[in-house]
Amino acid sequence: MYAGVMKDKIKTSQLILDHIHHHYGSVAVLHDLNLEVEPGEVVVLVGPSGCGKTTILNLLSGYLKPSAGSVIREGVIRTVYQQDGLYPWLTVSENILLGLRFIKDPALIKKEMEELIGLIHLEGFEQHYPHQLSGGMRQRVELARVLAGDSDILLMDEPFSALDYQTRLRMRRELIRLLEKRPRTVVFVTHDIEEAAQLADRILVLSNRPATVRKELRVHALRPRGLTDHAVIEAMKEILVELGL
Amino acid sequence: MTETKPANPLSLTPATDKKNDAAHILFPFYVVSGALMAWWLISAANIFPAYALPSPGSVWKSFLEEIHSGRLLNDLIASLWRVAIGFLLSVVLGIPAGLWLGQHLRARRAVVPMLNFFRFLSPLAWIPFAILWFHIGDKPAVFLIFMASFFPLTLATMAAVANIPSIYFRVASDYHYQGIELLTKVTFPAVLPQVITALRVSYGIAWVVIVAAEMVGCQDGLGYGIWEARNGLRLDAAVCYMIVIGLMGMGIDRLLAQLSKLPNVRWGYER
Repeated sequence: MYAGVMKDKIKTSQLILDHIHHHYGSVAVLHDLNLEVEPGEVVVLVGPSGCGKTTILNLLSGYLKPSAGSVIREGVIRTVYQQDGLYPWLTVSENILLGLRFIKDPALIKKEMEELIGLIHLEGFEQHYPHQLSGGMRQRVELARVLAGDSDILLMDEPFSALDYQTRLRMRRELIRLLEKRPRTVVFVTHDIEEAAQLADRILVLSNRPATVRKELRVHALRPRGLTDHAVIEAMKEILVELGL
Repeated sequence: MTETKPANPLSLTPATDKKNDAAHILFPFYVVSGALMAWWLISAANIFPAYALPSPGSVWKSFLEEIHSGRLLNDLIASLWRVAIGFLLSVVLGIPAGLWLGQHLRARRAVVPMLNFFRFLSPLAWIPFAILWFHIGDKPAVFLIFMASFFPLTLATMAAVANIPSIYFRVASDYHYQGIELLTKVTFPAVLPQVITALRVSYGIAWVVIVAAEMVGCQDGLGYGIWEARNGLRLDAAVCYMIVIGLMGMGIDRLLAQLSKLPNVRWGYER
């Protein structure tokens, strides 16, 4: 299951939503949605609240089955949740170990752990519990956990929305830096258009319920992108127009 | 990114420590001294006859007597043994039952009304059955203690499991936790803080019940000691036993409270 070395390349990743329809009872949430995520791509979904962004992630992860249409997924998928995804009864390193639990070689586990802790700059906090950390530090531990071991695809459900603005800005840079070191295919859901413009290779603007893709936007500028970069501002303008704001 | 190491929330600053020492030791000491003083004054004023309200002095004398005769120690051990067995039975049966019920909504709906019914039934109501079923010796008392502590412990564990945030199970399935591993690595640690609190509460009930439980079918024990003192109109000895029961209850509760200091359950009390 585990290749034996740190995963710094994407080996297998395929994520396709093919003509997806989904409804909860009589409420239609998704209407004929198509999405193909390229290996290593960062796709950001933005849209009005309640439009079904989280439903899309749940379909991608396999947590939900679509009412109609098919989902093709290949690769190990991990999710970063909005908050409280860490187990409070485990220390920082024990939480990260969850991501390494299919590696058998203790020496490799130790090496991976040291590397991950170094990567998220939490040296000295290995034995701390989540409630002893700030919100930003907790989300960094979450990132280390999903990047650990053999993951291929990261689903991120508004991972920074519970943080304060400055920490949020910092976490975006942090994510870019981590993905440079350990590339992964990412599907990122947010209501924050700044975040979308700074992070995405491709932005999908969703319509109101039942959601469908209203606009597809590619951002070609290199990352990390500043908030005032031309490409970021242009992307934000386009998203705002699409959202009717 | 630099972040300073947060002050360890498990320790208090020295200044607060000192203040807390006063609050934790001195104030209770004042209150207890005040109560003893009031007791002594009332008994010295002879408001009640000496046989109805023994003086602190006479209680102390009977305390020494009971210790010298070895009776008090014998009774204490007998009571501790019965509570330990009854309570342990509750823990061994009640916690797994609560864990299982917490995860099975239909079973929970089916069983909860009955569990609640028994919870509200005073354990003392079982005394006649205890005697008829278990005759004399330790068994009836153990049975009564079990009946007193099993239901609250089961219900509390069940409620804790039913209220585990669903995100913990989402994460568990992301990392392929299933079956027994899910139970031991996710469900149980997620409810441990509440289970520890439930243990303290139900142990408290068990210890309270010991007095009544030992009034039937026992030849020793702290409860029996009180019963016997009453029969001999030796209320000084009864008060002495009451004090021992109260102190032991507090002592064992302090021991159980130590469980809540384990580092992997602190989150349950500090959030």
